[in-house]
Amino acid sequence: MHGFANPRRFLSLAAWLTPALLVSGLLLTAGALAWGLLAVPPDRLMGETVRILFIHVPSAWLGMGGWTAIALSSMAFLVWKHPLAAIAARAAAVPGMAFTAICLASGSIWGRPAWGAWWVWDGRLTSMLVLLFLYAGYVALAQAVERDGGSPRIPAIFGLVGAVNIPIINRSVVWWNSLHQPPSITMGKSAIDAEFLVPLLLAVLGFSLLFGGIMLARMRALIAEMQHESRLRRKAQEAGDA
Amino acid sequence: MHEGLDQWSFVIAAYTLGIAGTLLLTGWSWISMRRAERRRDEVKRR
Repeated sequence: MHGFANPRRFLSLAAWLTPALLVSGLLLTAGALAWGLLAVPPDRLMGETVRILFIHVPSAWLGMGGWTAIALSSMAFLVWKHPLAAIAARAAAVPGMAFTAICLASGSIWGRPAWGAWWVWDGRLTSMLVLLFLYAGYVALAQAVERDGGSPRIPAIFGLVGAVNIPIINRSVVWWNSLHQPPSITMGKSAIDAEFLVPLLLAVLGFSLLFGGIMLARMRALIAEMQHESRLRRKAQEAGDA
Repeated sequence: MHEGLDQWSFVIAAYTLGIAGTLLLTGWSWISMRRAERRRDEVKRR
């Protein structure tokens, strides 16, 4: 693992892995969504709106997965002080926030025909909204730290503390009464019929590959910006010395 | 299901939002990465 923390080795790996993940993710996601939209039968209770599952569940998975990536990378940064771990945490923030927003919006669209309401203040929806605000706070904090030259430990600690919300989101439908359905997939068991489960798992895999590619692209962009700024500083110093 | 709403319009709205959001995010990440790497390489060449 530590071998990949070498920026030069990371960049040579990311050079081919970024397009590979993006292309495979886009193809798999497109196939899974087409399957979910055109080939899956309507559900007995939810009718045609069951197809929203194939957008809503992967985006919820990535919204929570994005913050888990921030928390793990932040922990790695605080323990080993490797700057690449801080870059990985920052790279996960914007995609994680985007997928959380897609999850909330698609859930709201699904809620109107299923529950008769666009929004209800129950545990699952509220904790997911809190996650969106945590992402916005993390992005603003990381940008402020970079702009004002603050310690990168500050967003790392925020990333770790915010991870408290992840098990709350996961258990919210068990702990509190909710219109949202209880977990359909648990360790080794699924309450979803194979007709829905197979395209759903493909959609989750496709979106996850895409998320990996987006995160690598964000890491490469952040590294390039840092190298650009340090080269400009060095050139300015050389010009001043001459 | 409520009020006999047209279910397909909700499905299409959710798919449009999800697909457009994902494509925008992917395109923005790729373009900002290429732009940042090009800027860095230009300074290196100078």
